[in-house]
Amino acid sequence: MLRYSAKQLLNMALTLFAVSFLVFALNELSPGDVARKVLGPYASQSQVDYLTVQMGLDRPVLVRYAEYMGKALAGDFGDSVVFRQPVSALMFDRLGNTLLLAAISFAVIVPLSIVLGVLAGMRERGWFDRAVSVFSSMCASIPEFAMGVFLLGIFVVWLGWLPGTSPLRSDTGWSLWMQFVLPVLVVTFYDAGYLIAMVRSSMVEVMRQPYIRTALLKGMSFHGVVRRHALRNALITPFTVILLQLNYLVSGLVVVETLFAYPGFGRLMLEAALTKDIAVIEAGTLIAVSVTMLTQLFGDLGYMALDPRIRV
Amino acid sequence: MTEISHDLAASRLASASLVGAEAADAGPLGKVYSVVTRSPLATVGATILLTWCLLALLAPWVAPYPPNQIDVALVADPHPSAQHWLGVDHLGRDILSRLIWGARTVLTVAPIAVLGAVMLGIFLGLLSGYRGGMIDVVIMRVGDTLLAFPKIILYLIIIAKFGASAFNIIAVITLSSAPIIARIVRGVTLDIKNRDYVAAARMRGESAFFIMFVEILPNARGPLIVDFFLRLGYTTIAIGVLGFLGVGLPPPDPDWGGMVKEAYGMIFVWPHMTIIPSLAISSLVIGANFLATGLREAALDG
Amino acid sequence: MAEVLAFEHVSIAYDSRAGRQNILNDVSFVIGEGEALGLVGESGCGKSTVALAAMHYLPRGMSLTEGRIRVEGRDLARLSADELSRIRGNRIAMVYQDPMSSLNPVMPIGRQLMEVPLLHGETDERAAFRRAVAMLEEVRLPAAEAMMERYPHQLSGGQQQRVVIAMALMAEPALLIMDEPTTGLDVTIEAAILALVRDLRAKFGTAILFISHNLGTVARVCERIGVLYAGRLVETGSIATVFRSPVHPYTRGLLGALPRLSGGHRRGRLRPIDGTIQAADRARLGCAFAPRCSFAARRDCEERPVVMVAIDAAAQHLVRCARIDAVVAGSAVDGPPASATATNDQAPIVLSVRNLSKEYRLTSLFGGDRKGAVRAVTGVDLDARAGETLAIVGESGCGKSTLARIISGLLTATSGEVTLDGVDLAGISVDDRPPDTRRRIQMVFQNPDSTLNPSHSIAYALTRPLRLLRDLASGEAKAEVLRLLAQVRLPSEMADRMPHQLSGGQRQRVAIARALAGNPGVVVADEPVSALDVSVQAAILNLLGELLEQSQLGLVLISHDLALVRHMADWVAVMYLGRVVEYGPADQVFSPPYHPYTQALLLAAPTPDPDAPPVVVLEGSMPSPTDTILGCPFASRCPERIAGLCDTTPPPIRRFGEHRISCHLEIDAERAQPPAEAGGRTGMRSSSA
Repeated sequence: MLRYSAKQLLNMALTLFAVSFLVFALNELSPGDVARKVLGPYASQSQVDYLTVQMGLDRPVLVRYAEYMGKALAGDFGDSVVFRQPVSALMFDRLGNTLLLAAISFAVIVPLSIVLGVLAGMRERGWFDRAVSVFSSMCASIPEFAMGVFLLGIFVVWLGWLPGTSPLRSDTGWSLWMQFVLPVLVVTFYDAGYLIAMVRSSMVEVMRQPYIRTALLKGMSFHGVVRRHALRNALITPFTVILLQLNYLVSGLVVVETLFAYPGFGRLMLEAALTKDIAVIEAGTLIAVSVTMLTQLFGDLGYMALDPRIRV
Repeated sequence: MTEISHDLAASRLASASLVGAEAADAGPLGKVYSVVTRSPLATVGATILLTWCLLALLAPWVAPYPPNQIDVALVADPHPSAQHWLGVDHLGRDILSRLIWGARTVLTVAPIAVLGAVMLGIFLGLLSGYRGGMIDVVIMRVGDTLLAFPKIILYLIIIAKFGASAFNIIAVITLSSAPIIARIVRGVTLDIKNRDYVAAARMRGESAFFIMFVEILPNARGPLIVDFFLRLGYTTIAIGVLGFLGVGLPPPDPDWGGMVKEAYGMIFVWPHMTIIPSLAISSLVIGANFLATGLREAALDG
Repeated sequence: MAEVLAFEHVSIAYDSRAGRQNILNDVSFVIGEGEALGLVGESGCGKSTVALAAMHYLPRGMSLTEGRIRVEGRDLARLSADELSRIRGNRIAMVYQDPMSSLNPVMPIGRQLMEVPLLHGETDERAAFRRAVAMLEEVRLPAAEAMMERYPHQLSGGQQQRVVIAMALMAEPALLIMDEPTTGLDVTIEAAILALVRDLRAKFGTAILFISHNLGTVARVCERIGVLYAGRLVETGSIATVFRSPVHPYTRGLLGALPRLSGGHRRGRLRPIDGTIQAADRARLGCAFAPRCSFAARRDCEERPVVMVAIDAAAQHLVRCARIDAVVAGSAVDGPPASATATNDQAPIVLSVRNLSKEYRLTSLFGGDRKGAVRAVTGVDLDARAGETLAIVGESGCGKSTLARIISGLLTATSGEVTLDGVDLAGISVDDRPPDTRRRIQMVFQNPDSTLNPSHSIAYALTRPLRLLRDLASGEAKAEVLRLLAQVRLPSEMADRMPHQLSGGQRQRVAIARALAGNPGVVVADEPVSALDVSVQAAILNLLGELLEQSQLGLVLISHDLALVRHMADWVAVMYLGRVVEYGPADQVFSPPYHPYTQALLLAAPTPDPDAPPVVVLEGSMPSPTDTILGCPFASRCPERIAGLCDTTPPPIRRFGEHRISCHLEIDAERAQPPAEAGGRTGMRSSSA
């Protein structure tokens, strides 16, 4: 177990290096860009060249990458040329907001998916299963922005029950709590649609296994069998997938944050991409990839804990 | 269920010759028809997809107005009317016409991107699974690295760097989907390469490429077809999202995600301008997903 | 005698999109207290449905359309869900075919055992625990308390089945249903399980419904037998009566199609049953077997329902046949005529294997450093002769399939030689062999479901090798395909069919035709009939026999089935843990002196003989191929092990002419006892040759 974790961590570090270098190289292939960005469109070429040398951007990519990584490991990701402040401070704030939204959504999505998925999958092709399958398939099919538009149309424009934006400020006239409702709903519909289908198909698969029949023919009631024999087996496969949703919830909320003007990590990344704010893109990518790899590691470890057949 | 399925399988086998002969008479199209109509879900999905395909194909004839025809006079009352069934947008362009022409864009870009990913993925997956060894390690490692990027961030990085064009969007979707397809194909290949008929092909001296593409690939078509439609749905969403975020296909050509974005600021005044294109994109994805789910169910029923 | 289970004219149908199908049709039988009834039939005959119906647990789409099923006098159809739960696991319990998948993989087996008493009235966890431990001891599992903590995947297949049996007996049920409980287990393990079932039955007095495709296993456990065909019971009676004087043509066919240990060499043909079961047979008004029956008469067999008729006065022997008189008056049933022909030592050797070994290195997580090796095959010496069959026999994991794959080039050897036409092929993968060498060795595979590519037609399967191995133009290849099909007795229209349109036996014929396409010198057949029903198997074996007679082909036959080997082989190699422990002409290997392992295999093999004596059962299971074996590989299980010798020193090879036995025991005519079953078959042989 320890050995496995160590190996995975090593793997992770390697992938992180590969990823960070890729992004770094991609963005820094044309060194003039950064200085031009800082000085604006009206600066002369010689001014740009001068600043490029000043910032050390004329040195080889590998040297600059090593320097960048050295600093990054110490928590210094450079400065954002657009926001004119240290990237780490900027990230910290935005990431915090996103994690809050992610945590609330995760807390809604996971129980909902498990309950609906298990109830649907335990009686394959029953009416409840049919209904849940169509519902989840539709949820997963409606893009977040479309779902946002529909919910906004109903709850904001038509009924006026909820705020249309969630900037997390108290001066909008809506409580913070109310500002979370719509973003969480949109994320939940989209993501749960996928997860419910996952849990359901795993449950269906388990219910077809001979050991379920063994338990029933021992004289156990159907619900007893579902609780004692099917449940744990049915959650083994989706477990990793459930954890992987954390990635989506941390880095994939660009659309929801844009929809509701929510000051989060995803929107920061979008703005950085649109304005070519390289330091932010690099730092953000590193964070996003680390989250992916960490959830993968925890997913694997949890998987092993759940399934006694898997030992390393 | 293993033993009882024996009883059933045997009776099914005995009747297989009848069914097989029937399907063979119907030809390939008839076979597709009979598989799709076996599942109500697949039927609904296929109908939706076909409708959009027809509209896109016939856009020049069925669209009532040119998609980019601006008529500012209409903005005074952009709501749906007898002349403009779905209303007009903030520039007075006919929404129905823009949807129909927009379907053309989506239904070209998405299938090309998915097909690109499928072809690349099939090639890499077959190679990785059949050859194994270092080739396998390298291909899977590179794929894992690509998959470690959250998709949307990968899109943003690449498009920020190289700009938003149909080609770049297709490239980035191909690149980010191919590793997943490669994984599916690799899994199937690992299973099939140990089947006896592959051993038999080796015994008669078939080349590795022949075995990969003629002996193995045709037997992976089931999961690949299901995945194609699922991925068509996801890709449609991805294209819509890029449009919505403002890094999609460049204006003025109609793009469903872009239509939502342009009108999003006016949702309080003219909600139909955003809701209608949102419905359009949702229906297309639902069609693809229903078809995929239905096909998978039909396949499981055998 | 009180009745435990009764089927009264039970019909069960399966409704699907394709319409309604009869799975069972008018099935009636009664099992009394402590009685054991065996139900036999081939795949698709409905025997598993009988088992599940007795539990009132039918898959979706299946329903009881007629008749009644009673357990201890209560009609199952009238019981509520609660009442059913109280009967299941308590009064009737079931043992399944695949023990691994019948146990919950994520729950310790102790918990799974304790659930039974806890569900049926026991409230004290500790008492349930004690009961579970006691039952594990009953089924002779070692260290029962420690066993309680184990997960199913940590046990061997035989141990898993013992756990399932223990679980079924936890509540001391009145009826135990066993559905193919030993299928998939090795013969020695199977013999041990069957012996256990017999002992437990004597101890607990449980009635048994024993379902199997294997007539031999039924004979070891039951005193009554029922033969199912296409959902109908066609004959029931005591084992002795049915096996000695079967009446129904199908029962006679089954018994005649079976190769026997006592049957001698193949020159006498088996009697396959013509044709295959068709979907339409189930719906037939008259006799379902009529289309395949040589006694069938239109008026009697097809136009009206055929009912069960008592043959003897006590109505113990019932047969569903409208032409009993004609059948009985017809040919008498006897086993295939035994005609041992002398093995032809003069037949030229086409392929010889010398000191062949195959090792797989195990590497650690980070690669590099060697942790050990799996020795799949160790020091094998064999010869295959033209026009003869070399059979390699052994239990799973003995290395016989690895050996087959090395010979055919699908794997390469670590050391040693495989010589064909004077060329050593042991280290050359089939991909690197020159086309002409490739052509000379071809293979027939085990599984009819995967031997043909489901995406390509039969013509494709036969044309490709013709093009590649014999360089035929497409026109010539077409004609040759038809010739090959004719050679394996398939109609020419098969060429255009897809594999899924063929039955298992037909697919195996195509596989044989494919192997013959290149005019090979040697055909390696890896368990070619083990996945086929008895009646189909006989026809394939006959076909192989004919091919051998017509050509100078050398057949290397891999099998676990001793009776089949006895029927087919001219030469036999018995393998254990990667080594050949006994090798020689078939007649000599199948008569004393024996290697102790060969003897154990012969005793364990289930034979359809009502008088078969109880067997000596091997303890334990085969050591892992990663273990380092210092002495004799069989030492850990050998009943005649010499302590301090067998487990430390490799056994010497004792030669009796062509016959080789590798064993420490002083083997001579005085010591070597013939197994009781084989008595009368062969006399004592002198060890000097």
